[in-house]
Formats: sequence, C-alpha cells, structure tokens
Amino acid sequence: MSMLDVKLPGLNLKNPIMPASGCFGFGREYSQFYDLSRLGAIMIKATTVEPRFGNPTPRVAETSAGMLNAIGLQNPGLQKVVSEELTWLERYDVPIIANVAGSTEEDYVEVAKEISKAANVHALELNISCPNVKEGGIAFGTIPEVAENLTKKVKEVSSVPVYVKLSPNVSNIVDMAKAAEAGGADGLTMINTLVGMRIDLKSARPILANKTGGLSGPAVKPVAIRMIYEVSQQVNLPIIGMGGIQTAEDVIEYFYAGASAVAVGTANFVDPFVCPSIIDELPNLLQKLGYDHISECTGRSWK
Amino acid sequence: MIIKEMCTVVSQTELADSIYELTLKGELVQQMNEPGQFVQLKVSDHIDPLLRRPISIARIDKTSSEFTMIYRTEGRGTTVLSQKHAGDLVDVLGPLGSGFPLEETAKGEIALLVGGGIGVPPLYELSRQLTDKGVTVIHVLGFQTKNAVFYEQEFSLLGETYVATVDGSYGTKGFVTDVIAEKNLGFDTLYSCGPTPMLKALETNFSDKKVFLSLEERMGCGIGACFACVCHTKNDKDGKYKKVCSDGPVFRAGEVEL
Repeated sequence: MSMLDVKLPGLNLKNPIMPASGCFGFGREYSQFYDLSRLGAIMIKATTVEPRFGNPTPRVAETSAGMLNAIGLQNPGLQKVVSEELTWLERYDVPIIANVAGSTEEDYVEVAKEISKAANVHALELNISCPNVKEGGIAFGTIPEVAENLTKKVKEVSSVPVYVKLSPNVSNIVDMAKAAEAGGADGLTMINTLVGMRIDLKSARPILANKTGGLSGPAVKPVAIRMIYEVSQQVNLPIIGMGGIQTAEDVIEYFYAGASAVAVGTANFVDPFVCPSIIDELPNLLQKLGYDHISECTGRSWK
Repeated sequence: MIIKEMCTVVSQTELADSIYELTLKGELVQQMNEPGQFVQLKVSDHIDPLLRRPISIARIDKTSSEFTMIYRTEGRGTTVLSQKHAGDLVDVLGPLGSGFPLEETAKGEIALLVGGGIGVPPLYELSRQLTDKGVTVIHVLGFQTKNAVFYEQEFSLLGETYVATVDGSYGTKGFVTDVIAEKNLGFDTLYSCGPTPMLKALETNFSDKKVFLSLEERMGCGIGACFACVCHTKNDKDGKYKKVCSDGPVFRAGEVEL
C-alpha cells in the first residue's frame, strides 16, 4: 500500500511531490532524465494569453543559499501551450496544474477558461504573485479585495478546481488566504518568491536587468514554513507548500507546518533528479518517524 | 546524452594569474562529442553556493575518460573550485549545449580561431579536432595583460598562433581584430569565443564569411528549463528567441542578437 498517495480537489496524486511552476518549463528538458509519470503532478510554466519574451538579461543572480530571478513570465502564449506543450505532456500519466497569469482580469479569465478545458489539466494555479512583471502578477495578490474578486471571476469560468498562489510580499498573509477562500478558491499554493535585489561590487549597479527579482531556494524556507503554519490554522483549504525544498526532511517539515502536498522549485536547477530522489526517500523517512502515511504529518506542528 | 556524475579530480594547476586548469575523470567523457560544449559543476556539497557553475570544456580525452577545463576565479564558486585537489570528487552535469560545427570546414581549408580571455579554452579542443581532420588552423588569442596569457604553446603546436594584449605587455598591443587586420589573415571559416564586444566586432568585420560565435550568459539550470539565458533572434518581430545554454552556446553569426 502506498504511503504517499494524496487526494486534493481535482487531484489524485500518486505522491505529493511536484515540480513548481517556472522551475520545470513544460517538462521537456527534464524528460531526458527520468519518466515524468513518476511525479505526483507537474505545475507548468505560467501561461498568458499572448506569447511573452520576458525581461532583458541578466535574469538570474545567485544569493546566499538561494537565487534571484526576474524571468518575466516568458512563455509561448495560451494557444501554443495548449496545442503543443499540453498535448506533448499527454504521453505521461501525470496530472497537470496550469499556472495562469495575465496583465488584466480579462487575461486571467481567458487563460483560465481555455486552459482548464485541456484533458490533462486537473487544476489551475492562479498566479497573483509574480513579482517580476510591471502589470498584473503581484498587483492582484497584495490587496485582499482584488484577489477575492479575481478568484471569483476565474472560478466562474474554470472547468477544474482553482488553487490561488499567494505572495509572501504582504503584511498579512492570513488576510490574503481568507480573501482567496472567500473568492471560492479550492486550495492554496504558497509561497511565491520574495522580492529582493543584489548589487554588483564593481559596477555598483543591481545585477538583474529588472533590478529586483524573486528570491527562492533554501534561504526562503523558514518564511514559507511560518506562513503555512499561520494560514493552515485559519482557513479550510488544502495547501501545496513550496520554497527551498531539497530533501525528504524538508517535505515533512512542510507537512508538519500544514501542507498537504509540496512543490520543488530551485532544487531542480541544482539536481535535475531531485524530485524522483525525494519520492524514493520519503517512505523510509516516514517509517523512521513512525508514520504509516504522509497525510498523518499534515498540521502536526499545531494540531 | 546528459549525465550527472561524481567525477574525480585528476589534477589542478594555476596556469596564469587567477587562471586554473582542472582535469576530471568520469564516464560522461564518452558523451562529449562536440568541441564548444560545457558542463555545469556543483562546487560544494552544501547549499552555498547553491547553483552549478557553467564551465567550458577545453580538452577531451576519451581513451583515459578525462576532460580538462580552464577557468578564471571570479567569485566564491570558482574560488571554492580552485581549492579542489587530486582525488577530490566534483558533481558534474554534462555535456551541455551544442558546440562548434566541425563539418563547416572541409579538409584542406583554413579555420581562424579567435579567442578572448576566458573564451579561449573551448577553442583548444576545437583546434585539436580540426587539425585531426586535416584543416589548417590559425589562432588569434586576446588577453588583458601578459600575466593572463595561457596555452600559447599548446595552441602553437597545432598551428600558427598570434597573441594580443590590451596593454601591450605581450604580443601585439590591442585587440584580436587588430591582429587579424595587421597580419591580413585569410580563412574559410571563423570560430570564436570571448567577450560580447569582440564577437560583435568579428560579426561586423566578416559579415561575408562563415562565422560561428560562442556566447556567454548568466545561467540557472543549464538545460533550457529556467529561461534565464535567452537571447533575441535577429530581426525577430514575433518574440522568437534562443536559449544560450541549450540552443547554443554556439550560434552562426547573424542568428541571434548580440
């Protein structure tokens, strides 16, 4: 019997491990390393109505135990994502969570409506937390009323459950979670990156062409753990946790905080095999800790 | 095929000021077929520095399963790497990217190989493979100053070699383009790797020739997934792009915006 299968709105996961959006493209690159069907799910790169080139380079800068990125939601646009990327992914037995982004409410609604019709898209991740685009993104994720309204609009058109991706760049994360819940969200994913900056020693200028970028990697894990700990006690929505996960131990810590599944982001860049490695290690770790099933770990830090 | 492997340090030596030559042994060497490809090295077992470091391949020896890299210590990652000793293990992902096309130069033709600074190393394996094929190679290598010059002798053994230094402390004073003009060097194909201003100058000066350029960009994953190292294609109106890590790092001149 599996110790790892997890049931969430729209998602029957064979294990609770999935690559995070923006850290896995649309899966093609990683398919040369392992069978993508091994993954619990795949959160594909953010999709907008029109193709986007994204920001000028440099787009990444390393930090202590982390990295800053300012890619700027580069993607081939809704039509190509559906006709080429999602179709290609159909060869794998893995549910897709489509990350939906846009500059306006209409953008979000259009992408959500169309992409949720794809057979292998089992849930949407509403990206109201990208810190690297001038319009949209985080602008929808920092004011509770705006987030609630957008969630409502997207829920009206989506054929699949909607998970709202929360930004940590807010003064009160619980208010944002409650707004998503009030808007009818089926779940939460948290956290997106923290806005940061690095300055070059020689030029005295920001390293990133976009000046600021989103901080990810092990450095942000304690922030995510704290936020999930707070939010999971205040809302009745399942949480997919993310931020600096590299090991099976990290996964358990997220579950203890209140997560029901997790996503692995930056670690894919360091070790392309990190997701299957964690999946392989989890049963032994659970056994060592005395659990029969990973779900027993959810919220144990406060229950 | 891309392999992730713990490779063993065979040797490490400081060739010039802050320039290190590192030779590793591993099975992934058998996958290294094109000069101009690179590897991503994890220099530490810990989370800091977190990301891998892209480093070009300077020499491939399939018989001994060894490959050599030449890199400059720029920041913390390369400094940590420079402290590795024979017998130490290094986590390598590679080979990555698409390299220099050998087939663009036929036996008996002349290839001009132009390198600038830390862009010189991948030209060494390229030169070895071209000469093996019967191509005549001419090297023009540019460095900042005398203390930064490396591999002049190794290149000389393969073909005519000219060195330029910006400050004039060694070889011709000035840039690689000055040497090419001064010596009036003729060629069928030009292969180059180095700083972007140098690549731009070569592209402009030899727009009527076959020119292949190896680009450098800050990378995240090195395999094309993170979209950190994209560049515009020339004359793109519809958002077309190339990824330096997986479509490149070598491009035909005119293919992408420098």
